[in-house]
Amino acid sequence: MSGARAVSVLFDAPGPRTRRRLVWINVASTVVVVGIGLWALVRLNAKGQLDADLWAPLFTANAWRNFFLPGLRQTILAAGISIITAGVLGLALGLGRLSASRTIRTVCGGVVEFFRAVPVLLMMVFFYLGLGRAHVVDPAQLPLVAVVLGLTLYNGSIFAELVRSGVHGLPRGQREAALALGLRRGQSLRLVEVPQAIIAMLPAIASQLVVILKDTALGAIITYPELLQAARRFGAGHGNILQSLVVAAVVFIVINYLLTRVADVLAGRVGRRTAGRARTEPPGLAVDAGRPG
Amino acid sequence: MDGDYLERYRSLFDQFDVVAAFWVNIQLTLAAGLIALVLGTALAVMRISPAPSLRWAGSTYVTLVRNTPLTVIIVFCVLGLWGQLGITFSDDFNRNFFWLAVLGLAVYHAAFVCEALRSGVNTVPVGQAEAARAIGLGFVASARLVILPQAFRGAVAPLGNVLIALVKNSTVAAAGSVAEASGLMAEMIEFRPDVILAIFFTFAFGFVLLVVPIGLATTSLSRRWTVAR
Repeated sequence: MSGARAVSVLFDAPGPRTRRRLVWINVASTVVVVGIGLWALVRLNAKGQLDADLWAPLFTANAWRNFFLPGLRQTILAAGISIITAGVLGLALGLGRLSASRTIRTVCGGVVEFFRAVPVLLMMVFFYLGLGRAHVVDPAQLPLVAVVLGLTLYNGSIFAELVRSGVHGLPRGQREAALALGLRRGQSLRLVEVPQAIIAMLPAIASQLVVILKDTALGAIITYPELLQAARRFGAGHGNILQSLVVAAVVFIVINYLLTRVADVLAGRVGRRTAGRARTEPPGLAVDAGRPG
Repeated sequence: MDGDYLERYRSLFDQFDVVAAFWVNIQLTLAAGLIALVLGTALAVMRISPAPSLRWAGSTYVTLVRNTPLTVIIVFCVLGLWGQLGITFSDDFNRNFFWLAVLGLAVYHAAFVCEALRSGVNTVPVGQAEAARAIGLGFVASARLVILPQAFRGAVAPLGNVLIALVKNSTVAAAGSVAEASGLMAEMIEFRPDVILAIFFTFAFGFVLLVVPIGLATTSLSRRWTVAR
């Protein structure tokens, strides 16, 4: 891990004096962290927020069967559809940006830059209200369609950039060898370069999945009944919004943490199956923050 | 597109104050950005420090916050901190929501500022740290005099990306009842559905106008400040 390397060179292996000082620093910082935690708990307790009757309803069959699990199902449904549609769009736009025709390159480049700069929420609100007025979508499915469209356009653009920078990250010999075998440029892209680029980018794609899953929570703003919305409804009904949101946050954290670990494992595995270099971090993009969704 | 459509589009701006809505997003970005920079720098120093407990505390914060959706954090700030715990920042209703949203945005983006600075530390060659130690500098001195000045330069591009994300994410303050651009867009579409596409593209290009200069500026700054090696 590069992080571990950076840490280890910043200071020597501690000698006896530093070790003694480190003990004190450890004690002091533990006291501070535990102190902040205790202070928060005491404050919460003083306001009666730790009472069992606020927490107990969250661990009943009713809470999970009627609120959290259906909400989680909707979250995963929206994320799952968006991952597939964004993948297809990203592949198309990415191939477009690598096209031999300058017109196609420019158009695809413009589309990618535009959708990367526009907030996902803005797109979701627009599709929700716009498609609602146009009466082209079943009103019951409208929030889902708006969430999926917003996520698809944004993440499709991110995937397009990943495909493009993955192809650029391959050694030149790959294309030269393909052309020498008599493949045309398009065939070389489709059969040789893009498959290797996608494998090299798998870790970055996996960490983008975390972004997609997190961004489904934006759907709560346009009445999509996902996990956050379910937690709000449950909390409003039982007067324990704070506790209910904590449970929703824990569910999100657990799923996303597992996804992040998968991305790390993938980064270690895929290296041998591509001529490109595997990266967990999305490449440096002009208009994107990689993970912050 | 005829003259009538353009006239109806122009009349939007007499009816609604689009610039004021964007100004709220800019204020959210600046306030949350400053707090996130301070908090994120503190977290980054903790994560590279020799004390294992500080490293653990820093990385736990980043792991927890980075994996929580921003919408959940902002709803938590408004409905949890204010609605249930009664924490207020201002007697004025709207100002209070504004600062609660700033708190949520800052807490969330501090984790990404920390990661950006850490990736900046990773751009500093090992030899720099070894040389600093060889001339007898301790951790604090070598971090302050040798590592961090170079790390900040290397972190300009990732920090710019965090700022861009913050501009876009300031729309999520709508989940905390802050009247900002995405909320105004929804309101305008409700009242003026006749020019719905024009409304969307107005707001979309507003964000493009905010975001693209930041991208260009950080790219050129990071090139100019790059450490010659």
